Amino acid sequence: MRFSFLSLLRQAFAGHRGWPEQWRSPEPKRVYDVVIVGGGGHGLAAAWYLASEFGIRDVAVLERGWIGSGNSGRNTTIVRSNYLLEESEALYDHSLKLWEGLSQALNYNVMFSPRGVMMLAHGHHDRVVLTRHLHANRLAGIDSEWLEPEAARAFCPGLNISSTIRYPIVGATLQRRGGVARHDAVVWGFARAASALGVDIVENCPVTGFLRNPDGSIAGVETGRGTIRAKRIGVSVAGHTSQVMDLAGLRMPLESYPLQALVSEPLKPVISCVVLSNTIHAYISQSDKGDLVIGAGTDQYVSYGQNGGPQITAHTLDAICELFPALRRVRMMRNWGGIVDNTVDRSPILGTTPIPGLYVNCGWGTGGFKATPGAGHLLAATIARGEPHPIAAPFSLDRFARGRLIDEAAAAAVAH
Amino acid sequence: MLLVPCPWCGPRPEIEFVAAGEAGIARPAPDADPAALAEALYFRSNTKGLLAERWRHVHGCGRFFVAVRDTVSDRFAGSWPPGVPHPSPAELAAGEAER
Repeated sequence: MRFSFLSLLRQAFAGHRGWPEQWRSPEPKRVYDVVIVGGGGHGLAAAWYLASEFGIRDVAVLERGWIGSGNSGRNTTIVRSNYLLEESEALYDHSLKLWEGLSQALNYNVMFSPRGVMMLAHGHHDRVVLTRHLHANRLAGIDSEWLEPEAARAFCPGLNISSTIRYPIVGATLQRRGGVARHDAVVWGFARAASALGVDIVENCPVTGFLRNPDGSIAGVETGRGTIRAKRIGVSVAGHTSQVMDLAGLRMPLESYPLQALVSEPLKPVISCVVLSNTIHAYISQSDKGDLVIGAGTDQYVSYGQNGGPQITAHTLDAICELFPALRRVRMMRNWGGIVDNTVDRSPILGTTPIPGLYVNCGWGTGGFKATPGAGHLLAATIARGEPHPIAAPFSLDRFARGRLIDEAAAAAVAH
Repeated sequence: MLLVPCPWCGPRPEIEFVAAGEAGIARPAPDADPAALAEALYFRSNTKGLLAERWRHVHGCGRFFVAVRDTVSDRFAGSWPPGVPHPSPAELAAGEAER
Protein backbone atom coordinates (compact mmCIF):
# COMPACT_ATOMS: atom_id res chain seq x y z
CA MET A 1 0.00 0.00 0.00
CA ARG A 2 1.38 3.39 -0.95
CA PHE A 3 0.94 6.67 0.87
CA SER A 4 1.63 9.70 -1.28
CA PHE A 5 0.37 13.21 -1.68
CA LEU A 6 -1.45 12.10 -4.82
CA SER A 7 -3.20 9.16 -3.10
CA LEU A 8 -4.16 11.42 -0.19
CA LEU A 9 -5.63 13.96 -2.60
CA ARG A 10 -7.52 11.27 -4.51
CA GLN A 11 -8.92 9.79 -1.28
CA ALA A 12 -9.90 13.21 0.02
CA PHE A 13 -12.11 13.74 -3.02
CA ALA A 14 -13.48 10.17 -2.77
CA GLY A 15 -14.53 10.57 0.88
CA HIS A 16 -11.67 8.38 2.21
CA ARG A 17 -13.66 5.24 1.39
CA GLY A 18 -11.12 3.66 -0.96
CA TRP A 19 -8.11 3.05 1.31
CA PRO A 20 -7.00 -0.59 1.05
CA GLU A 21 -6.26 -2.67 4.18
CA GLN A 22 -2.82 -2.11 5.68
CA TRP A 23 -2.13 -5.75 6.52
CA ARG A 24 -3.45 -9.07 5.23
CA SER A 25 -6.02 -11.15 7.18
CA PRO A 26 -5.19 -14.67 5.96
CA GLU A 27 -6.65 -18.00 7.03
CA PRO A 28 -4.09 -19.63 9.31
CA LYS A 29 -1.89 -22.30 7.69
CA ARG A 30 -1.55 -25.70 9.41
CA VAL A 31 2.21 -25.36 10.03
CA TYR A 32 4.50 -22.44 10.80
CA ASP A 33 8.14 -22.14 11.68
CA VAL A 34 7.34 -19.84 14.63
CA VAL A 35 4.03 -18.95 16.28
CA ILE A 36 3.69 -15.86 18.46
CA VAL A 37 0.71 -15.95 20.85
CA GLY A 38 -0.58 -12.44 21.50
CA GLY A 39 -1.13 -9.69 18.93
CA GLY A 40 -0.24 -6.68 21.03
CA GLY A 41 2.66 -4.37 20.38
CA HIS A 42 5.18 -6.79 21.92
CA GLY A 43 4.02 -9.83 19.93
CA LEU A 44 3.80 -7.97 16.61
CA ALA A 45 7.22 -6.43 17.21
CA ALA A 46 8.67 -9.89 17.85
CA ALA A 47 7.17 -11.14 14.57
CA TRP A 48 8.56 -8.18 12.65
CA TYR A 49 12.06 -8.55 14.08
CA LEU A 50 11.97 -12.30 13.36
CA ALA A 51 11.13 -11.55 9.73
CA SER A 52 13.28 -8.47 9.18
CA GLU A 53 16.39 -9.12 11.25
CA PHE A 54 16.56 -12.88 11.76
CA GLY A 55 15.26 -14.02 8.36
CA ILE A 56 12.41 -16.15 9.79
CA ARG A 57 9.38 -15.18 7.73
CA ASP A 58 7.19 -18.25 8.22
CA VAL A 59 5.60 -16.73 11.30
CA ALA A 60 2.04 -16.42 12.58
CA VAL A 61 0.78 -14.01 15.24
CA LEU A 62 -2.33 -15.41 16.95
CA GLU A 63 -4.58 -12.88 18.66
CA ARG A 64 -7.66 -13.73 20.73
CA GLY A 65 -9.50 -10.49 19.85
CA TRP A 66 -8.23 -7.88 17.43
CA ILE A 67 -4.64 -6.67 17.39
CA GLY A 68 -3.84 -3.96 19.91
CA SER A 69 -7.09 -4.57 21.81
CA GLY A 70 -5.44 -5.19 25.18
CA ASN A 71 -2.88 -3.15 27.05
CA SER A 72 -1.38 -1.78 23.80
CA GLY A 73 -4.45 0.43 23.60
CA ARG A 74 -4.80 1.14 27.32
CA ASN A 75 -1.46 2.60 28.39
CA THR A 76 -0.30 6.19 28.88
CA THR A 77 2.27 5.91 26.03
CA ILE A 78 5.25 7.02 28.10
CA VAL A 79 8.74 6.04 26.89
CA ARG A 80 11.81 6.42 29.14
CA SER A 81 14.88 4.43 30.19
CA ASN A 82 16.01 6.09 33.45
CA TYR A 83 15.76 2.90 35.55
CA LEU A 84 17.99 2.20 38.54
CA LEU A 85 19.66 -1.19 38.14
CA GLU A 86 22.26 -2.08 35.49
CA GLU A 87 20.20 -4.93 34.04
CA SER A 88 17.14 -2.71 33.68
CA GLU A 89 19.13 0.20 32.27
CA ALA A 90 20.51 -2.04 29.53
CA LEU A 91 17.04 -3.44 28.81
CA TYR A 92 15.09 -0.20 28.67
CA ASP A 93 17.80 1.80 26.90
CA HIS A 94 18.00 -0.94 24.26
CA SER A 95 14.31 -0.29 23.71
CA LEU A 96 14.65 3.50 23.74
CA LYS A 97 17.36 3.33 21.05
CA LEU A 98 15.01 1.26 18.90
CA TRP A 99 12.22 3.82 19.45
CA GLU A 100 14.50 6.56 18.10
CA GLY A 101 14.71 4.96 14.66
CA LEU A 102 11.39 3.12 14.63
CA SER A 103 9.35 5.35 12.30
CA GLN A 104 12.11 5.12 9.67
CA ALA A 105 12.59 1.38 10.14
CA LEU A 106 8.87 0.63 9.78
CA ASN A 107 8.24 3.36 7.21
CA TYR A 108 5.24 4.27 9.39
CA ASN A 109 4.94 7.32 11.60
CA VAL A 110 4.67 6.04 15.19
CA MET A 111 4.79 9.68 16.33
CA PHE A 112 7.62 9.07 18.79
CA SER A 113 8.06 12.44 20.44
CA PRO A 114 11.07 12.73 22.78
CA ARG A 115 9.69 15.75 24.59
CA GLY A 116 11.38 14.99 27.92
CA VAL A 117 10.27 12.99 30.96
CA MET A 118 10.43 14.86 34.25
CA MET A 119 10.23 12.93 37.54
CA LEU A 120 9.37 15.08 40.55
CA ALA A 121 10.99 14.97 43.97
CA HIS A 122 8.88 15.91 46.99
CA GLY A 123 11.05 16.30 50.08
CA HIS A 124 14.51 15.23 51.17
CA HIS A 125 14.00 11.48 50.79
CA ASP A 126 12.90 11.85 47.17
CA ARG A 127 15.86 14.13 46.43
CA VAL A 128 18.26 11.49 47.73
CA VAL A 129 16.55 8.64 45.85
CA LEU A 130 16.24 10.49 42.54
CA THR A 131 19.82 11.81 42.60
CA ARG A 132 20.94 8.23 43.21
CA HIS A 133 18.97 7.18 40.12
CA LEU A 134 20.43 10.11 38.18
CA HIS A 135 24.04 9.17 38.95
CA ALA A 136 23.38 5.49 38.24
CA ASN A 137 21.93 6.50 34.87
CA ARG A 138 24.87 8.74 33.99
CA LEU A 139 27.32 5.93 34.83
CA ALA A 140 25.36 3.73 32.41
CA GLY A 141 25.47 6.37 29.68
CA ILE A 142 21.77 7.24 30.00
CA ASP A 143 21.03 10.96 29.87
CA SER A 144 19.61 12.40 33.06
CA GLU A 145 19.90 15.80 34.65
CA TRP A 146 18.79 17.51 37.86
CA LEU A 147 16.45 20.49 37.78
CA GLU A 148 15.89 22.80 40.73
CA PRO A 149 12.21 23.78 41.18
CA GLU A 150 12.51 27.02 39.16
CA ALA A 151 14.15 25.13 36.28
CA ALA A 152 11.45 22.46 36.47
CA ARG A 153 8.76 25.11 36.15
CA ALA A 154 10.64 26.73 33.27
CA PHE A 155 10.68 23.35 31.51
CA CYS A 156 7.01 22.69 32.27
CA PRO A 157 5.13 25.99 32.72
CA GLY A 158 2.13 25.73 35.02
CA LEU A 159 3.84 23.43 37.50
CA ASN A 160 3.07 24.52 41.06
CA ILE A 161 6.42 24.91 42.87
CA SER A 162 4.93 26.74 45.86
CA SER A 163 6.45 25.69 49.17
CA THR A 164 3.03 25.75 50.85
CA ILE A 165 1.40 22.81 49.04
CA ARG A 166 0.99 19.48 50.82
CA TYR A 167 4.01 17.86 49.09
CA PRO A 168 6.24 20.73 47.88
CA ILE A 169 8.44 20.08 44.84
CA VAL A 170 12.12 20.25 45.80
CA GLY A 171 13.48 19.37 42.36
CA ALA A 172 13.16 16.95 39.49
CA THR A 173 15.17 14.68 37.23
CA LEU A 174 14.81 15.10 33.49
CA GLN A 175 15.48 12.56 30.77
CA ARG A 176 15.34 14.58 27.55
CA ARG A 177 15.41 11.49 25.30
CA GLY A 178 12.21 10.20 26.92
CA GLY A 179 8.75 11.13 25.72
CA VAL A 180 5.62 9.61 24.25
CA ALA A 181 4.55 7.72 21.12
CA ARG A 182 1.21 7.05 19.45
CA HIS A 183 0.19 3.67 20.85
CA ASP A 184 -2.15 2.56 18.04
CA ALA A 185 0.32 3.61 15.35
CA VAL A 186 2.95 1.40 16.99
CA VAL A 187 0.66 -1.64 16.72
CA TRP A 188 -0.42 -0.80 13.16
CA GLY A 189 3.13 0.00 12.06
CA PHE A 190 4.52 -3.32 13.28
CA ALA A 191 1.51 -5.20 11.84
CA ARG A 192 1.81 -3.59 8.42
CA ALA A 193 5.58 -4.04 8.20
CA ALA A 194 5.44 -7.65 9.45
CA SER A 195 2.59 -8.56 7.10
CA ALA A 196 4.52 -7.14 4.15
CA LEU A 197 7.39 -9.52 4.98
CA GLY A 198 5.06 -12.55 5.00
CA VAL A 199 3.97 -12.77 8.65
CA ASP A 200 0.38 -14.02 9.00
CA ILE A 201 -1.64 -11.99 11.50
CA VAL A 202 -4.58 -14.13 12.64
CA GLU A 203 -7.22 -12.35 14.70
CA ASN A 204 -10.18 -13.87 16.59
CA CYS A 205 -7.98 -16.89 17.23
CA PRO A 206 -7.78 -17.78 20.96
CA VAL A 207 -5.23 -20.39 21.98
CA THR A 208 -6.97 -23.23 23.85
CA GLY A 209 -4.11 -25.68 24.38
CA PHE A 210 -0.54 -26.68 23.56
CA LEU A 211 0.61 -29.75 21.64
CA ARG A 212 3.66 -31.57 22.96
CA ASN A 213 6.05 -34.09 21.39
CA PRO A 214 6.74 -37.38 23.21
CA ASP A 215 10.03 -35.87 24.46
CA GLY A 216 8.07 -33.01 26.07
CA SER A 217 9.07 -30.32 23.58
CA ILE A 218 6.49 -28.04 22.04
CA ALA A 219 4.74 -29.20 18.85
CA GLY A 220 2.03 -26.62 18.26
CA VAL A 221 -1.12 -25.00 19.57
CA GLU A 222 -4.81 -25.79 19.62
CA THR A 223 -6.78 -22.68 18.71
CA GLY A 224 -10.32 -21.55 18.10
CA ARG A 225 -9.47 -21.78 14.39
CA GLY A 226 -7.96 -25.27 14.40
CA THR A 227 -4.66 -26.94 15.22
CA ILE A 228 -1.50 -25.08 14.21
CA ARG A 229 1.83 -26.88 14.40
CA ALA A 230 5.10 -25.08 15.19
CA LYS A 231 8.35 -26.13 16.85
CA ARG A 232 8.93 -22.70 18.36
CA ILE A 233 6.26 -20.69 20.17
CA GLY A 234 6.57 -17.33 21.89
CA VAL A 235 3.91 -16.30 24.41
CA SER A 236 3.45 -12.54 24.86
CA VAL A 237 0.00 -12.04 26.39
CA ALA A 238 0.57 -9.68 29.38
CA GLY A 239 -2.26 -9.92 31.94
CA HIS A 240 -3.40 -13.40 30.85
CA THR A 241 0.04 -15.03 30.88
CA SER A 242 -0.90 -17.19 33.90
CA GLN A 243 -3.92 -18.59 32.02
CA VAL A 244 -2.05 -19.30 28.78
CA MET A 245 0.96 -20.86 30.50
CA ASP A 246 -1.42 -22.94 32.65
CA LEU A 247 -2.51 -24.61 29.36
CA ALA A 248 1.10 -25.82 29.10
CA GLY A 249 1.12 -26.90 32.76
CA LEU A 250 3.41 -24.11 33.94
CA ARG A 251 2.76 -21.95 37.02
CA MET A 252 4.04 -18.37 36.80
CA PRO A 253 5.34 -15.94 39.46
CA LEU A 254 2.76 -13.36 38.40
CA GLU A 255 -0.27 -11.56 39.76
CA SER A 256 -2.61 -9.59 37.49
CA TYR A 257 -4.03 -6.27 38.65
CA PRO A 258 -6.12 -3.60 36.92
CA LEU A 259 -4.05 -0.47 36.19
CA GLN A 260 -6.10 2.62 35.46
CA ALA A 261 -5.71 5.58 33.15
CA LEU A 262 -7.96 8.42 32.09
CA VAL A 263 -8.15 11.23 29.53
CA SER A 264 -9.59 14.71 29.70
CA GLU A 265 -11.47 16.76 27.15
CA PRO A 266 -9.13 18.13 24.44
CA LEU A 267 -7.35 21.35 25.38
CA LYS A 268 -4.97 23.77 23.69
CA PRO A 269 -1.32 22.80 24.37
CA VAL A 270 -0.69 23.20 28.11
CA ILE A 271 1.66 20.39 29.16
CA SER A 272 4.79 20.40 27.02
CA CYS A 273 6.51 17.32 28.46
CA VAL A 274 5.77 14.18 30.49
CA VAL A 275 5.52 14.75 34.25
CA LEU A 276 5.71 11.84 36.68
CA SER A 277 5.50 11.76 40.43
CA ASN A 278 5.88 8.37 42.05
CA THR A 279 5.51 9.82 45.55
CA ILE A 280 2.09 11.43 45.20
CA HIS A 281 1.26 9.16 42.31
CA ALA A 282 0.54 11.12 39.17
CA TYR A 283 1.51 10.69 35.53
CA ILE A 284 0.48 13.31 33.01
CA SER A 285 1.22 14.24 29.42
CA GLN A 286 -0.79 15.76 26.60
CA SER A 287 -1.59 13.92 23.39
CA ASP A 288 -1.26 15.61 20.01
CA LYS A 289 -5.08 15.61 19.90
CA GLY A 290 -5.05 17.79 23.03
CA ASP A 291 -6.38 15.39 25.68
CA LEU A 292 -4.50 15.19 28.92
CA VAL A 293 -3.44 11.55 29.36
CA ILE A 294 -3.28 10.66 33.05
CA GLY A 295 -1.96 7.47 34.58
CA ALA A 296 -3.29 6.24 37.93
CA GLY A 297 -2.43 3.23 40.09
CA THR A 298 -3.29 -0.44 40.38
CA ASP A 299 -5.81 -2.09 42.65
CA GLN A 300 -4.27 -4.05 45.51
CA TYR A 301 -5.74 -7.44 44.58
CA VAL A 302 -5.89 -9.81 41.60
CA SER A 303 -8.65 -8.85 39.20
CA TYR A 304 -9.45 -9.31 35.53
CA GLY A 305 -12.29 -6.77 35.47
CA GLN A 306 -10.97 -3.99 33.23
CA ASN A 307 -12.15 -1.13 35.44
CA GLY A 308 -10.56 -0.69 38.88
CA GLY A 309 -11.67 1.20 41.97
CA PRO A 310 -12.78 4.86 41.73
CA GLN A 311 -10.73 5.77 44.81
CA ILE A 312 -7.56 5.04 42.80
CA THR A 313 -8.35 7.62 40.12
CA ALA A 314 -9.61 10.14 42.68
CA HIS A 315 -6.27 9.89 44.49
CA THR A 316 -4.36 10.60 41.27
CA LEU A 317 -6.61 13.53 40.32
CA ASP A 318 -6.01 15.05 43.78
CA ALA A 319 -2.29 14.98 42.99
CA ILE A 320 -2.74 16.41 39.47
CA CYS A 321 -4.86 19.28 40.81
CA GLU A 322 -2.18 20.16 43.33
CA LEU A 323 0.66 19.98 40.80
CA PHE A 324 -1.25 21.92 38.12
CA PRO A 325 -3.86 24.18 39.78
CA ALA A 326 -4.83 25.54 36.36
CA LEU A 327 -6.29 22.12 35.46
CA ARG A 328 -8.76 21.99 38.37
CA ARG A 329 -11.82 22.68 36.21
CA VAL A 330 -10.86 20.38 33.34
CA ARG A 331 -13.40 17.64 32.74
CA MET A 332 -12.38 14.00 32.38
CA MET A 333 -13.84 12.18 29.39
CA ARG A 334 -13.11 8.49 29.98
CA ASN A 335 -11.29 6.18 32.35
CA TRP A 336 -10.47 2.51 31.96
CA GLY A 337 -8.33 -0.29 33.34
CA GLY A 338 -5.84 -2.61 31.71
CA ILE A 339 -4.84 -5.93 33.26
CA VAL A 340 -1.11 -5.86 34.03
CA ASP A 341 0.93 -8.90 35.09
CA ASN A 342 3.27 -8.08 37.95
CA THR A 343 6.29 -9.97 39.20
CA VAL A 344 7.38 -9.62 42.80
CA ASP A 345 10.56 -7.71 41.80
CA ARG A 346 8.70 -5.51 39.28
CA SER A 347 11.01 -6.68 36.49
CA PRO A 348 9.86 -8.60 33.41
CA ILE A 349 10.40 -12.25 32.52
CA LEU A 350 11.86 -12.77 29.05
CA GLY A 351 13.41 -15.96 27.77
CA THR A 352 13.20 -19.71 27.75
CA THR A 353 10.88 -21.93 29.82
CA PRO A 354 11.29 -25.48 31.16
CA ILE A 355 9.49 -26.67 27.99
CA PRO A 356 11.86 -26.83 24.98
CA GLY A 357 10.58 -24.62 22.15
CA LEU A 358 8.31 -22.53 24.40
CA TYR A 359 9.45 -18.95 25.05
CA VAL A 360 7.80 -16.30 27.21
CA ASN A 361 7.72 -12.52 27.40
CA CYS A 362 5.67 -11.28 30.37
CA GLY A 363 5.74 -9.59 33.75
CA TRP A 364 6.14 -6.06 32.37
CA GLY A 365 3.61 -4.94 34.96
CA THR A 366 2.83 -1.25 34.82
CA GLY A 367 5.61 -0.32 32.35
CA GLY A 368 5.35 -2.43 29.22
CA PHE A 369 4.61 0.13 26.52
CA LYS A 370 8.06 1.74 26.61
CA ALA A 371 9.58 -1.69 26.06
CA THR A 372 7.53 -2.54 22.95
CA PRO A 373 10.34 -2.56 20.34
CA GLY A 374 12.97 -3.77 22.81
CA ALA A 375 10.92 -6.66 24.18
CA GLY A 376 9.93 -7.67 20.66
CA HIS A 377 13.53 -7.59 19.49
CA LEU A 378 14.84 -9.59 22.43
CA LEU A 379 12.04 -12.17 22.21
CA ALA A 380 12.75 -12.56 18.48
CA ALA A 381 16.50 -12.92 19.12
CA THR A 382 15.88 -15.48 21.86
CA ILE A 383 13.54 -17.53 19.65
CA ALA A 384 15.87 -17.31 16.63
CA ARG A 385 18.96 -18.41 18.57
CA GLY A 386 17.26 -20.79 20.99
CA GLU A 387 19.03 -19.17 23.92
CA PRO A 388 18.48 -15.89 25.79
CA HIS A 389 19.83 -12.69 24.24
CA PRO A 390 22.57 -11.31 26.59
CA ILE A 391 20.42 -8.28 27.53
CA ALA A 392 17.46 -10.56 28.33
CA ALA A 393 19.51 -13.23 30.14
CA PRO A 394 19.18 -11.72 33.67
CA PHE A 395 15.39 -11.61 33.24
CA SER A 396 15.03 -15.39 33.07
CA LEU A 397 12.14 -17.34 34.58
CA ASP A 398 14.55 -19.34 36.75
CA ARG A 399 15.83 -16.24 38.58
CA PHE A 400 13.12 -16.75 41.21
CA ALA A 401 14.40 -20.16 42.26
CA ARG A 402 18.02 -18.92 42.08
CA GLY A 403 17.24 -15.87 44.20
CA ARG A 404 18.69 -13.50 41.57
CA LEU A 405 15.79 -11.04 41.67
CA ILE A 406 16.11 -7.67 39.94
CA ASP A 407 14.39 -5.48 42.52
CA GLU A 408 13.66 -2.48 40.36
CA ALA A 409 12.78 0.59 42.43
CA ALA A 410 12.34 2.87 39.42
CA ALA A 411 9.53 0.90 37.80
CA ALA A 412 6.28 2.71 37.13
CA ALA A 413 3.46 2.85 39.70
CA VAL A 414 5.60 1.20 42.36
CA ALA A 415 5.90 2.51 45.88
CA HIS A 416 8.99 0.77 47.24
CA MET B 1 -14.99 0.27 45.19
CA LEU B 2 -15.58 -3.17 46.67
CA LEU B 3 -17.80 -3.88 49.64
CA VAL B 4 -15.66 -6.37 51.55
CA PRO B 5 -17.50 -8.77 53.90
CA CYS B 6 -15.60 -8.81 57.19
CA PRO B 7 -16.78 -11.92 59.16
CA TRP B 8 -16.88 -9.81 62.35
CA CYS B 9 -17.91 -6.32 61.19
CA GLY B 10 -20.06 -7.10 58.13
CA PRO B 11 -19.73 -5.47 54.71
CA ARG B 12 -17.41 -2.44 54.78
CA PRO B 13 -15.82 -0.31 52.02
CA GLU B 14 -12.60 -1.58 50.50
CA ILE B 15 -10.50 1.37 51.75
CA GLU B 16 -10.79 0.00 55.32
CA PHE B 17 -8.90 -3.15 54.26
CA VAL B 18 -5.51 -4.32 53.13
CA ALA B 19 -5.46 -7.22 50.67
CA ALA B 20 -2.93 -9.76 51.91
CA GLY B 21 -2.69 -12.00 48.86
CA GLU B 22 -3.64 -15.55 47.98
CA ALA B 23 -4.80 -17.70 50.90
CA GLY B 24 -3.79 -21.23 51.78
CA ILE B 25 -0.10 -21.04 50.87
CA ALA B 26 1.80 -23.47 53.08
CA ARG B 27 5.20 -22.28 54.30
CA PRO B 28 7.89 -24.83 53.38
CA ALA B 29 10.35 -26.22 55.92
CA PRO B 30 13.54 -24.14 56.37
CA ASP B 31 15.61 -26.85 54.67
CA ALA B 32 13.28 -27.17 51.67
CA ASP B 33 14.95 -26.96 48.25
CA PRO B 34 15.08 -23.60 46.42
CA ALA B 35 12.34 -24.58 43.96
CA ALA B 36 9.89 -25.22 46.82
CA LEU B 37 10.87 -21.93 48.49
CA ALA B 38 10.43 -20.01 45.22
CA GLU B 39 7.06 -21.68 44.73
CA ALA B 40 5.82 -20.57 48.15
CA LEU B 41 7.34 -17.08 47.98
CA TYR B 42 6.72 -15.99 44.39
CA PHE B 43 4.53 -18.36 42.35
CA ARG B 44 0.80 -17.70 42.52
CA SER B 45 -2.25 -19.28 40.93
CA ASN B 46 -3.44 -15.83 39.71
CA THR B 47 -6.82 -17.43 39.07
CA LYS B 48 -9.31 -15.96 36.63
CA GLY B 49 -12.47 -16.96 38.48
CA LEU B 50 -13.05 -17.78 42.15
CA LEU B 51 -9.94 -17.17 44.28
CA ALA B 52 -9.44 -17.55 48.04
CA GLU B 53 -7.59 -14.55 49.48
CA ARG B 54 -6.55 -13.21 52.85
CA TRP B 55 -7.71 -9.73 53.82
CA ARG B 56 -7.02 -7.65 56.91
CA HIS B 57 -9.53 -5.16 58.29
CA VAL B 58 -6.82 -2.65 59.29
CA HIS B 59 -9.14 0.34 59.78
CA GLY B 60 -11.72 -1.73 61.66
CA CYS B 61 -11.33 -4.75 63.88
CA GLY B 62 -7.72 -5.26 62.71
CA ARG B 63 -8.22 -8.98 62.15
CA PHE B 64 -7.22 -11.22 59.25
CA PHE B 65 -9.80 -13.35 57.46
CA VAL B 66 -10.24 -15.43 54.32
CA ALA B 67 -12.60 -14.38 51.54
CA VAL B 68 -13.43 -16.00 48.22
CA ARG B 69 -13.93 -13.55 45.36
CA ASP B 70 -14.61 -13.89 41.65
CA THR B 71 -11.67 -12.08 40.01
CA VAL B 72 -13.68 -11.29 36.87
CA SER B 73 -16.86 -9.81 38.40
CA ASP B 74 -15.14 -8.89 41.74
CA ARG B 75 -18.18 -10.37 43.57
CA PHE B 76 -17.49 -12.00 46.94
CA ALA B 77 -18.76 -15.57 47.40
CA GLY B 78 -18.20 -15.59 51.17
CA SER B 79 -15.75 -14.90 53.99
CA TRP B 80 -14.55 -16.90 56.99
CA PRO B 81 -12.39 -16.33 60.08
CA PRO B 82 -8.85 -17.67 59.69
CA GLY B 83 -8.41 -21.36 60.45
CA VAL B 84 -12.11 -22.12 60.01
CA PRO B 85 -12.70 -24.76 57.31
CA HIS B 86 -14.42 -23.22 54.30
CA PRO B 87 -15.62 -24.56 50.95
CA SER B 88 -12.95 -24.52 48.27
CA PRO B 89 -13.32 -22.13 45.30
CA ALA B 90 -14.11 -25.18 43.15
CA GLU B 91 -16.97 -26.25 45.49
CA LEU B 92 -18.29 -22.68 45.58
CA ALA B 93 -18.13 -22.51 41.78
CA ALA B 94 -20.13 -25.75 41.55
CA GLY B 95 -22.68 -24.30 44.01
CA GLU B 96 -23.00 -21.10 41.96
CA ALA B 97 -23.53 -23.14 38.80
CA GLU B 98 -26.38 -25.06 40.48
CA ARG B 99 -28.11 -21.84 41.48
